[in-house]
Amino acid sequence: MRLEYFQMVDRIAALDPEARTISAECTVPDASPVFEGHFPGHPLLPGALMIETIAQTGGWLILATLRFRRMPFLAQVKEAKMRAFVVPGQVLQTAARLLHDGSGYAVVSGSITSGGRKVADAEITYRVVPFPNETLRAQMLETARRVAVPEAFLNG
Amino acid sequence: MSPTFETVAGIISETCDIPREKITPESHAINDLGIDSLDFLDVAFAIDKAFGIKMPLEQWTQEVNEGQVSTDEYFVLGNLCANIDKLVAAKAA
Repeated sequence: MRLEYFQMVDRIAALDPEARTISAECTVPDASPVFEGHFPGHPLLPGALMIETIAQTGGWLILATLRFRRMPFLAQVKEAKMRAFVVPGQVLQTAARLLHDGSGYAVVSGSITSGGRKVADAEITYRVVPFPNETLRAQMLETARRVAVPEAFLNG
Repeated sequence: MSPTFETVAGIISETCDIPREKITPESHAINDLGIDSLDFLDVAFAIDKAFGIKMPLEQWTQEVNEGQVSTDEYFVLGNLCANIDKLVAAKAA
């Protein structure tokens, strides 16, 4: 995870747009300016960043499902639960399932687990719109390759 | 009132916290009921799920933006329900 760049997902572990599922791996960095404020002497991954991590996991699923023709933007978070603290260095697994691929929107259910224990979950709604420019699409494709989104889902 | 309207009115009432008695087939979702675009996403999700359809919101928006139809066509609930019935019938065909 590169918290300062909002790059939460390190590697896609499994991705199946037909089954509407994805799983990914994320390792919380040992050090980050985020932990200097959250909290001094008691560093914890902020709950808002746990939600962001779930949202990005689901976002990769939507991007792959749509073959990067459209971009999902966070619109709504429902039923978010932060069930356990997450600390620097902790290894996380994320998973998401596409509940609905609507017209101009999508809904995903996602979760974070660590050591077999669920630490957070939420239902996320996205607005799904054409990429606002080619710069963003190119950057998303580059990041997709870095996190190992299979090449077959990048275009088409 | 049609079963479709009853379902849609129930969804709107629950999703947007609007008293059921204020929702009529003549109600305009935006102008009369004050449903904003984010709440409408929730309504759309619930309608899509309830009827097993995918309302073509982007196409409808484009038609409105291009002046082909007024917002009444898709946002007056009686008209919305008629469009839902067409989508359900098209899916079943």
